Amino acid sequence: MTKVLTDARSIRIKGRSFLALVLSPELPLDWWLGRLDDLASRSAGFFLGRPVVLDVADLEIDRKQLKSLLDELGQRNVRVMGIEGGRPSLFEPGMPPAMKGGRPAPDFEVPEVDPADPPKAGKGKAAAPITPEEVQPVRATASIIVREPVRSGQSVIFPEGDVTVVGSVASGAEIVAGGSVHIYGTLRGRALAGSVGNASARIFCRRLEAELLAIDGVYKTAEDMAPNLRGQSVQLWLEGDSIMAERLN
Amino acid sequence: MAKVVVVTSGKGGVGKTTSTAALGAALAQRNEKTVVVDFDVGLRNLDLVMGAERRVVYDLVNVIQGDAKLPQALIRDKRLDTLFLLPASQTRDKDSLTPEGVERVMEELRKHFDWIICDSPAGIERGATLAMRHADLAVIVTNPEVSSVRDSDRIIGLLDAKTERAERGERVEKHLLLTRYDAVRAERGDMLKVDDVLEILSIPLIGIVPESMDVLKASNLGAPVTLADSSSAPARAYLDAARRLAGETVPMTIPGEKRGFLGKIFGRRAA
Repeated sequence: MTKVLTDARSIRIKGRSFLALVLSPELPLDWWLGRLDDLASRSAGFFLGRPVVLDVADLEIDRKQLKSLLDELGQRNVRVMGIEGGRPSLFEPGMPPAMKGGRPAPDFEVPEVDPADPPKAGKGKAAAPITPEEVQPVRATASIIVREPVRSGQSVIFPEGDVTVVGSVASGAEIVAGGSVHIYGTLRGRALAGSVGNASARIFCRRLEAELLAIDGVYKTAEDMAPNLRGQSVQLWLEGDSIMAERLN
Repeated sequence: MAKVVVVTSGKGGVGKTTSTAALGAALAQRNEKTVVVDFDVGLRNLDLVMGAERRVVYDLVNVIQGDAKLPQALIRDKRLDTLFLLPASQTRDKDSLTPEGVERVMEELRKHFDWIICDSPAGIERGATLAMRHADLAVIVTNPEVSSVRDSDRIIGLLDAKTERAERGERVEKHLLLTRYDAVRAERGDMLKVDDVLEILSIPLIGIVPESMDVLKASNLGAPVTLADSSSAPARAYLDAARRLAGETVPMTIPGEKRGFLGKIFGRRAA
């Protein structure tokens, strides 16, 4: 039995991470720009449609020089989405925003020839990285297991992956998982799956009495849930903007 | 080996003080030296329920602040010479309780008593967290209704996180005491049933105290329920609960229900 819980659309606010190219200019800038031109001539369109972050942490320049650097890059079709490591005094209105908290990823290999498939622009997500198997190394999905009942007022927050609870989740307790939520007991509190932007995350529970359910930012309160699912063993997933539910037998 | 018991609930008005007095008296009747400690600084009630309000000179806050020695503040019960009361202060507030002071008092009480029963104030703030801090056992007093059950669940979570035992990686032994239970109303669906409460809280049950006029009567008399009339239904429930707390195995009875049904609940120890 599959049932759409409601059609009401809600606004989604969520986080998502993209892979950006990071350029670290070196002084003197003319010389560095020359090398950039050299690279561009070897692989035309390398920067086309790619988000670029400018790392100026080790660069001794002032605001005026930064502005002219951005202009130079603009003329070469390098669109800078953000500036990392800059002092607040370097920025002025109209510049790309300052960025913080970047996490390191493997270095990009610049292809010697043009890629056969130019990246498709404007597909909603940022252009796919050229070598996804290199930049996103295969990892086992992280998960945690909670072996006790989750009591009212407690939160289990695990953005890295799945949460499994062997026990019940009380009214007023919440489970927030980056991946799926599995509850081998009664779910009376809140369960939020796919909290960092994962539409394929699911919620499973042995008995549904939940106050609130959310997958990838789309949520339902107890009032919006189909009454015939109450007290049942249920799995929930996302189809478009609707939370779907099905009894597990 | 002294045992520190905290009687707690989160929610107010569920019967913590009544239960503290009744359990304390019941344990003292077993000839074990017992002290009941009022942690509800600013809103003390235990002295009234114990009938000792006219004998209070020094209190818990005086002992914590060093104005009085512990023996000066302890009040011996007139009916049972194994039962003592350490009253709270009515003129102070909960900020007068310091973690170090409470620890010192608890350590000293452990030397002199078999049972130290701490009557926790309602809420989850300073008074309540200090009352549970040194507990070896917890009696969670719950009424069969949803708000009380949820608050109890919250308290159980705190017992697993904020007590000294939890911080040492040990567990506080938790027991559920269901009070103000009315079998007729539970059957009608006006109240949660015993099984429902046990399913939600999943801790072992040590007693079901029926809703009864005897409780109010005893309070007004200034006597713990178990001393006022030991044959009344609530007194019997508390006496059995005290025996279970002391480690005895006593068959569980649900007030007002027929015997055939009891087997289902008897011996029930939820996860």
